[in-house]
Amino acid sequence: MEIKDIEPKEMEPKEMELNEIIRPENLVYKRTPLMTDATLSYCPGCGHGTIHRLIMEVVEEMGIQEETIGIAPVGCSVLAYDFMDVDCSQAAHGRAPALATGIKRLWPDKFVFTYQGDGDLAAIGTGETIHACNRGENITIFFVNNGIYGMTGGQMAPTTLEGMKSSTTPYGRNIQAMGPPYKITEMVAQLAGTYYVTRQAVHKPGPVRKAKKAIRKALEVQKEKKGLSFIEFVSNCNSGWKMTPNDSNIWMEEHMFPFYPLGDIKVDGELVQA
Amino acid sequence: MKELALMKGNEAIAEAAIRAGVDGYFGYPITPQSEVMEYLTLQKPEERTGMVVLQAESEVASINMLYGAAGTGKKVMTSSSSPGISLMQEGISYIAGAELPCLIVNVVRGGPGLGTIQPSQADYFQSTKGGGHGDYHLIVLAPASVQEMADFVDLAFELAFKYRNPALILSDGLIGQMMEKVELPPQKPRVTEFDQSWVITGKKGRERNIITSLNLDPDKQYEHNLKLKAKYDSMSQDVMFEKIDCDDAEFLLVAYGSSARICQKVVEMARDRGKKVGLLRPQTLFPFPTEEIARMARKVKGMMAVELSSGQMVEDVKLAVNGKVPVHHYGMVGGKIHSPDDVLKAMEEKYMGGY
Repeated sequence: MEIKDIEPKEMEPKEMELNEIIRPENLVYKRTPLMTDATLSYCPGCGHGTIHRLIMEVVEEMGIQEETIGIAPVGCSVLAYDFMDVDCSQAAHGRAPALATGIKRLWPDKFVFTYQGDGDLAAIGTGETIHACNRGENITIFFVNNGIYGMTGGQMAPTTLEGMKSSTTPYGRNIQAMGPPYKITEMVAQLAGTYYVTRQAVHKPGPVRKAKKAIRKALEVQKEKKGLSFIEFVSNCNSGWKMTPNDSNIWMEEHMFPFYPLGDIKVDGELVQA
Repeated sequence: MKELALMKGNEAIAEAAIRAGVDGYFGYPITPQSEVMEYLTLQKPEERTGMVVLQAESEVASINMLYGAAGTGKKVMTSSSSPGISLMQEGISYIAGAELPCLIVNVVRGGPGLGTIQPSQADYFQSTKGGGHGDYHLIVLAPASVQEMADFVDLAFELAFKYRNPALILSDGLIGQMMEKVELPPQKPRVTEFDQSWVITGKKGRERNIITSLNLDPDKQYEHNLKLKAKYDSMSQDVMFEKIDCDDAEFLLVAYGSSARICQKVVEMARDRGKKVGLLRPQTLFPFPTEEIARMARKVKGMMAVELSSGQMVEDVKLAVNGKVPVHHYGMVGGKIHSPDDVLKAMEEKYMGGY
């Protein structure tokens, strides 16, 4: 392709036109004030940044920033506390629901959430997850499921699909040897303590809008002290899956969504789908 | 007026916790300390003071509930026994790394492994040298009576908040299970003001706080480790010990907790036989009374560490003595308890004959 020199004149926007466009009524997107200035540590194309932003937008809109305490996990989002402008504690691997329990029991009027990946929540932290859900701790669990251990370099997760390649299943996940992936979100929905359980995604504008509504609902449930709210975000890991961001989103739609279908699983304490 | 009660050591810890204004207890049953949570739940502390008591699904969960809650600046505690304390070590390391105050009670039983439910002092290394991964220490208090089980709860919190460091009460199945007269401490109110420079209670009126033990930048971790080291070194100002018949002693017994109780009798028996024996009883095991033992090494002809283990604290006694006089060890293992006669005989026959 021929590269042409562009005359500087052609690049300069016409001042009049810009001033006509930049008006409050035309603003459809702004920086989320509750996200800090720290540079996100996530790979370009990853869903974590979007999910962080949505949570912080809802915290801002509900006016609960000064009452909110977040728990960061071990995993890619280990530094979530660097990006979300709320009081935070970093947890040991898998133990975020236990930390959240300890805080919420002593501060029942605060908003307490955990932010965890699939290895953290569904492997090493299974016990803490199940029991916090069963006790109906009045907290919110944000669970980001990308089917892989991202931070440690793409190893098999409990949610890795059958046949899916990872650095510890280089020939694909063999379910005879390694067991099948499991749906912990459906499991926790069976427990009496969970009040709102849903599965969302953030790879397109439509799902992003739905996910934000789900986050709002989850924190409203906590506000009304109705029990535990649990949101799974099926997300991509383009680095770990060794795909371009766009390919990873397409692969997620074609392979992850059939096994991890999006939508509400439990609403107002009642199961809405089998 | 004095408020006296006849209680088990485990019950005294629980009652003292309510009276110390503790905000939260998170625990998991294990012999020989289950009476702590049983007593607490029976007492309805949520009505007495508003204290929260929660039975967790495991010791792993209970220590992490403690980790979360300790970050909010409230007074929180857990209790367990040896295998359960082993399970907690990861969480304890995080709490130490994040510099949070809290109280952990270990009513020690014999090990390794599932071991025995009988008393032991074999968790000395684990308690005083860190226990989990990384460079850290706990403040370690060693009660030798039911009275000290009660008294050390408030003291432990005082030290834990002073240094922003987890404190451990290192008891054992003997002190935990035996009943003695105890003078109960007065009821303290629960704390309502929190140090906003570090607690996570929501960033109202201040910058946000972060509780973490993670420093990806080695320069930051280096600074953090040096800061922790300086903190642990400074704890020596709070060393506590008791000296019994040490003024004219020619031979010194060093023992803590239940072994110290036994050694009190040994000192009496030896003195009846005209032997000038004294007892130094560390009440804090970290900080350890290193200086005092070094001082005593200039006065006595020999020492003997007496422990319900195959030889743990004796290493710290030897470090303190630094070769100035012979340091011997008398230990009992397997959940068995040495009698004063056993200790006296060993001391007289093996170690005192030569000088």
